[in-house]
Amino acid sequence: MKFSLSWLKALLDTQASATEIAEKLTSLGLEIESVTDASAALSSFRVARVLTAEKHPQADKLQVLSVDLGDGQPLQVVCGAPNARAGLVGVLGLPGAVVPANGMELRKSAIRGVESNGMMCSTRELGLGEEHDGIIELPADTALGQSFADYIGSDPVFDVAITPNRPDCMGVYGIARDLAAAGIGTLRAIDVAPVAGEGPCPVEVRIEDAEGCPAFYGRVIKGVQNGPSPQWLQDRLKAAGQRPISALVDITNYVMLGYGRPAHAYDLAKLTGAVTARKARERETVLALNGKEYALQPFMTVIADDAGVHDIGGIMGGEHSGCADTTTDVLLEVAYFDPAHIARTGQALALASDARGRFERGVDPAFLDTGMDLLTQLILEICGGTASEVSRVGTPPLAPHTLAYDPALAGQLGGIAVAQSEQKRILTALGFAVDEDWTVTVPSWRPDIAGPADLVEEVIRVHGLDAVPSTPLPRADGVARPTATPVQLLERRLRRAAAARGAHEAVTWSFLPQAQAEHFADGQFVWTLANPISEDLKAMRPSLLPGLLAAARRNLDRGASSVRLFEIGRRYLRADDGSSDERLSLAVVLAGERTPRGWATGKAQAFDAFDAKAEALALLAQAGAPVENLQVMGEAGPQFHPGQSATLRLGPKQVLARLGMIHPATAKAFGLDVPVAVVELFLDRVPAKKVASGFARPHFAPPALQAVTRDFAFLVDAKVPAGDLLRSVKGADKASIVAARVFDDFRGQGVPEGQKSLAIEVTLQPGDKSFDEAALKAISDKIVAAAAKQGATLRG
Amino acid sequence: MEQLDQQQAQTLGAIAAATTLDAVEAIRVAALGKQGWVSALLKTMGQMSPEERQARGPQIHALREAVTAALAERKAALESAALEARLAAEAVDLSLPAPEAPRGSVHPVSQVMDELAEIFADMGFAVASGPEIEDDWHNFTALNMPETHPARAMHDTFYFPDKDAQGRDMLLRTHTSPVQIRAMLKQGAPLRIIAPGRVYRSDSDATHTPMFHQIEGLVIDKGIHLGHLKWTLETFLKAFFERDDIVLRLRPSYFPFTEPSVEVDVGYTLVNGKRVVGGSGDAPGGGWMEVLGSGMVNRKVIEFGGLDPDEWQGFAFGTGVDRLAMLKYGLDDLRAFFDGDARWLGHYGFGALDVPTLSGGVGVKP
Repeated sequence: MKFSLSWLKALLDTQASATEIAEKLTSLGLEIESVTDASAALSSFRVARVLTAEKHPQADKLQVLSVDLGDGQPLQVVCGAPNARAGLVGVLGLPGAVVPANGMELRKSAIRGVESNGMMCSTRELGLGEEHDGIIELPADTALGQSFADYIGSDPVFDVAITPNRPDCMGVYGIARDLAAAGIGTLRAIDVAPVAGEGPCPVEVRIEDAEGCPAFYGRVIKGVQNGPSPQWLQDRLKAAGQRPISALVDITNYVMLGYGRPAHAYDLAKLTGAVTARKARERETVLALNGKEYALQPFMTVIADDAGVHDIGGIMGGEHSGCADTTTDVLLEVAYFDPAHIARTGQALALASDARGRFERGVDPAFLDTGMDLLTQLILEICGGTASEVSRVGTPPLAPHTLAYDPALAGQLGGIAVAQSEQKRILTALGFAVDEDWTVTVPSWRPDIAGPADLVEEVIRVHGLDAVPSTPLPRADGVARPTATPVQLLERRLRRAAAARGAHEAVTWSFLPQAQAEHFADGQFVWTLANPISEDLKAMRPSLLPGLLAAARRNLDRGASSVRLFEIGRRYLRADDGSSDERLSLAVVLAGERTPRGWATGKAQAFDAFDAKAEALALLAQAGAPVENLQVMGEAGPQFHPGQSATLRLGPKQVLARLGMIHPATAKAFGLDVPVAVVELFLDRVPAKKVASGFARPHFAPPALQAVTRDFAFLVDAKVPAGDLLRSVKGADKASIVAARVFDDFRGQGVPEGQKSLAIEVTLQPGDKSFDEAALKAISDKIVAAAAKQGATLRG
Repeated sequence: MEQLDQQQAQTLGAIAAATTLDAVEAIRVAALGKQGWVSALLKTMGQMSPEERQARGPQIHALREAVTAALAERKAALESAALEARLAAEAVDLSLPAPEAPRGSVHPVSQVMDELAEIFADMGFAVASGPEIEDDWHNFTALNMPETHPARAMHDTFYFPDKDAQGRDMLLRTHTSPVQIRAMLKQGAPLRIIAPGRVYRSDSDATHTPMFHQIEGLVIDKGIHLGHLKWTLETFLKAFFERDDIVLRLRPSYFPFTEPSVEVDVGYTLVNGKRVVGGSGDAPGGGWMEVLGSGMVNRKVIEFGGLDPDEWQGFAFGTGVDRLAMLKYGLDDLRAFFDGDARWLGHYGFGALDVPTLSGGVGVKP
């Protein structure tokens, strides 16, 4: 909402400066976005009289002027304007002045060999309008030499952000009222006198859709002369950012911007029969004033005559019946449209307009007659003509809204004690009626006031929010209690563990290109936006991997040879009831080189699937998963290399993680041409750790005797997973075997085709007495027997 | 006797001339071994008369002592020389690089969320969360934004074509405020929570990304008023920026879910073209910057949260986590937050051990 200081002062009697006003507006909740003053740029332009105008010796279209600034020392200026002539009083830019329209600094120069000491300016050059046919002509008696800024006067323009709850401040008058309540001047009464009109309104005005349009007032003014509106009106509209069009249109805009009251003027000649507020019919369309054709739907309220729709009620007029220079008779429409209807229609048509903005927030339902009077008065003054009586159909919703208010609430809710007399003064100044018993009647222009809390806000914002004293929140005794939930602790712990292991935490988009999402969805439902911002940000991720793979690709493209990224976040699934099912996940992507080439290690080594396994196990251990009991199984998914991937499961169905090298097809889809190992942890499936009741740990009881190790080498079918053999060996004598690990996997010379030799180191822990030869032999036999169940034989 | 002196001198000379441990050993065997000449001399003492023994004994013992000592000394010297030679051979060039361990980092958004959790925990706030794919009831209606409310249009909402079982439109939450409703419904009152998380707006330009992070705060209790809100925000910002000169400017504003509503500006000073929080925005070279939206929770919202607004009241606030991170740590490109550029993460990210604590400070200085 933009308006000039002079417009404000026409409605508010005040001596306050623009700065004071701006500060007060912000403190009232009418946030100042900017205060600009066009005249500031004009201070170095001067009023000057052309003494003589001679033809330029070298150019037909130029003249050489002698210009007087009133100091008796005429300057020579070259000028191309056709209206430049002796006696003209205009505006001279001297060397050093900056032309507002193009930012050029004027210089003393020679134009076609003739010295020029400045420039006589046009309206457009000074940023004051579009006029550029000639230089500015001022009245002949204008004092010479004065700054043009002083001549036109300083008139700062305020740009105020109006919150959606304040339709009353979508007119300058409402802003003036707020300022007056806050002590900046006195609100002037609206300067209007009702026009009785001559004879009944010749056009029948009807309402068929009383819900969408509860009230429709119409009046015809005949014999008007349309054309450019007067300068003062144009100036105010331009300051408000509106382009002047014609007097009739400008007057409706002026009443809207000045008083928040939208209205419409129809060219009576374009109308046929009764003018009706009704619902749109199937397949009806209208060509609106913005030049666009709109397909209407039956829930929309329109203004139509016998021939068709002329206006999308309360949103935008139609091109066909709009006023033009040829208009001589007009029908004025001042109506009340239901805010919810306007909002629905505006949203459905995706059509924003000044009128919609006001109607959907709620215009003053008690202002229809005053609005009509203002319009009539201005049209009769500016365009002439004869007004008919007003035809009033329907009634706007005028039921007074009263609230029982307790002034103590200002302190209880607002935290500041404001004297009752001051509260009453503030509310009254804002237009509220306050009874003896604090029954408060809300003014018709404040649809936002719903309850006593709103009155507290009115009181506090006018009284001054800055005056509210800071009050400490009550604090529990002692040291603050821990507040983090187990899931938050898990997330924090894993984040720092992954970072400590050398990966950078990335935060990638929750949305992906559809194809990437589908590729990782494994057939599950993918949430897909109806109105994505682009095709690349369209489908909610079912996995964190695609976002990280794409990030890895970008890093490689930037020349990185090794990329370690991880992310902790949600993957988005859908629950059976159609609600969102968001699950916490952690993914790691390791791309390129694990170790660069080096003097000690030789060639660079690429990441492999065991790097992924190491990350998975380390992070699962941090998550409190029983990593000792996890089974390494297959079926990581089609995104993975089938021979170099695995799932880690707690029981055959509970997949806690999948890991491995990505499938070449996946690599190709993401443009990755280096080895890429990945891990995806399904943190939602990690069983919650049992929380102990205290902090004490179990007693430390190290075994009295030292453990011994024994090595075994088995020949076994190459297809048997080492993990299976190891598990059998470990389980051979649970009392004695405390650990077993594979330390060699050999195939080739000395090992039959199709088999492999697995060497296992077994750690045996004696109990209360040392193992003797017989005991060791018995354990060895059990181990060999257990291995035999996996088809393994002791290597001779 | 002279012969003995000569023999001793000869042996000691040989020891001194020995260049290997083997040579020393050979001399030892020849002198002190079972068949050695010194051992033989010692044996002769058994047959001597006491007078003779008295006369020659000390000389023979002295001879043995001298040879033994010379052998030990020479052996030690040779061993030490051998060790030195071995160590010299084992020398490495430690100016060569050691194996490098990769250095990881924590994202600034995560770090700042941890900082916020730490600060608010001290004020008794727990962390709550809610779904990012929301229904329009939680995101709008229950926050006092009915279907035709103009504020809905201002939210640039991402919608899904889907509805949930109750027929509600599914969308990406436009703010963390729906967590207010979920927390009230689930936990009741009194309540002190913060709710950080991802939010979404259909908006993308140099300073806006379609996904960003917000943090919501909510206090529901008895007798809570605007003064408490003001104190909480001041206390939080002072702790977060670790500055006592934080100045807030509160402006009346409008949010459907609060009444009264308050926009909070913080004063800053321009230092080398960057905004540094602190001081009054009205001071020369200063300015005000909007950092928080807040207000007293609207009665209707408390009702939608299943509580009695005549019994309970409270305040809520919301702010952008990314913006707080940018302001505190001098980051200037929001889009880089979501790019996963390892160089950027390495530069602006935080060490794994930079865990914010109240005793160590909730900020990390470069």
